[in-house]
Amino acid sequence: MAATLDQTIAQKQHTLLSRVFASQTFWVVIAVILACLFLSFATDAFATSKNLYNITRNVTFVAIVALGMTFVIITGGIDLSVGSVLCLSSMVLAITMHAGYSIEVGILASIATALAIGAFNGILIAYLGFPPFVVTLGMLSIARSLAMVASNNTVVFQFGPDHDKLLSLGGGAWLFGIANPVLYTIVLALITGFILRWTKFGRHIFAIGGNEHAATLTGVPVRQIKVAVYMISALSAGIAGIIETGWLGAVTTNIGTGMELQVIAATVIGGANLAGGVGTAFGAIVGAALIEVIRNSLGLLGINAFWQGVFIGGAILLAVLFDRIRNFRRSD
Amino acid sequence: MAVLELTNISKHFGAIQAVNDVSLSIEPGQVVGLMGDNGAGKSTLVKMIAGNFRPSHGAMQMDGKELILHKPVEARQHGIEIVHQDLALCNNLTAAANVYLGRELRKGVGPFRILDYAAMYKRAGQIFAELKSETRPRDLVKQMSGGQRQAVAIARTMLSQAKIVLMDEPTAAISVRQVAEVLNLIRHLRDQGIAVVLISHRMPDVFTVADRVIVMRRGRKVADKTIALSSPEEVTGLITGAIEQV
Repeated sequence: MAATLDQTIAQKQHTLLSRVFASQTFWVVIAVILACLFLSFATDAFATSKNLYNITRNVTFVAIVALGMTFVIITGGIDLSVGSVLCLSSMVLAITMHAGYSIEVGILASIATALAIGAFNGILIAYLGFPPFVVTLGMLSIARSLAMVASNNTVVFQFGPDHDKLLSLGGGAWLFGIANPVLYTIVLALITGFILRWTKFGRHIFAIGGNEHAATLTGVPVRQIKVAVYMISALSAGIAGIIETGWLGAVTTNIGTGMELQVIAATVIGGANLAGGVGTAFGAIVGAALIEVIRNSLGLLGINAFWQGVFIGGAILLAVLFDRIRNFRRSD
Repeated sequence: MAVLELTNISKHFGAIQAVNDVSLSIEPGQVVGLMGDNGAGKSTLVKMIAGNFRPSHGAMQMDGKELILHKPVEARQHGIEIVHQDLALCNNLTAAANVYLGRELRKGVGPFRILDYAAMYKRAGQIFAELKSETRPRDLVKQMSGGQRQAVAIARTMLSQAKIVLMDEPTAAISVRQVAEVLNLIRHLRDQGIAVVLISHRMPDVFTVADRVIVMRRGRKVADKTIALSSPEEVTGLITGAIEQV
């Protein structure tokens, strides 16, 4: 009897393979691969190194912010302010450098701005009990407005003495011809994945999303962690803003408009659950990739760009539909 | 010697006297059923032992030493563990992750410390085996039966050297077969010398597993006797007030 009990306890319910097949992320990866294969045969322009370079680089800005958003969404929150925070961080960087300061000072000011906004969001949400949707909706408006005030709504395209450094930071390709933003994304994705899987902090984030009350009762520092995730989200927007500024070589107050929706779409397509408790770094990247491949392919296939929204929206619904179908089966 | 001793404990919230001059002592390895109608003061009493509230009057002693608790974490440090009524489990995490929630094992040096999955799975598995529960450490809690979920919540109390476990209505919302499982879990705790305070409305559970029954009514302790010397009829009378005091 004791032996069989021990055997039962030691048994694993799922093999690695069955877990992979059961994950939404896996099927999105398959969709991305199939779409790429189809496009390689259907068009001449897709599988060119120039186009692939473009796609991978375009993915990165949404992907980096989606990594930060993943933390927030796992706790069951939402951050609608990322697009505006990206804009404000870019503007702070641009104005600081334009005023003659070095790139280091510019980046520091930009990151500090992002973190301050994240902390503000987080404190209102965690300590004063504001709903995340409302706080970050307010910040969406505030941050972009501040960017307009700071720049007087002009375009900044001269970045002082370190102008070239900034452009090569965002637009260069320092390693094996891979665009720099792609390298940053890979590094940030690895860090995110590590934090979520291997640290106490990551474990607590999942616990908060699963059952916040339980997390509180078991001694998880729920409030501090909530502030931290909104700071991480804002930080990721700040980092994306710095890189995008370097890549574009100019900052307008329109940068990042509507980005929050793309970012949330990417995380949801990648398997994160807006109700909290579920999400991965890899999923965020794959979700962002699928959106970009759809956009790119519509252009290459000569389909009117106005259809973009339909296809991306369809992808969101389809991804979540798969998840629903699996849940129905499980509950039967 | 008593593991926990309460002397003339009272608690009032403004004009409301929730607990009034209650004294009791709990021995190691003893299962005490704490019964009473809604509003009788049993939750308030338990919350004082758990460190959620501070008593307005009276003193608590643990192993003969004065016990003053400011927050729940301190109660846990003293070896007082609570199984909450809603179990406080995260459905999206594994059994082992839930057992170790808030006190995860880590390995590594200095700031570079990572979660020690292997050790947590192993120890959680050992605890489930001790509890004779067929619960797999790697399974997600959302796929578990009510009895297994109870086992996970109870396993938490066995991580550290608990001296006393407070269980709030552990059998309130589960099936008959699972009730038997939970009562077995309580016996396993007792066999390890842990004192268990079982708060319950269910007369059969208390009379099956408890050594002693304490009945509260309107903030006062109206009975405290060995289970063999009492009867469900008497306890019902005490709870409702048909019997004034014994």
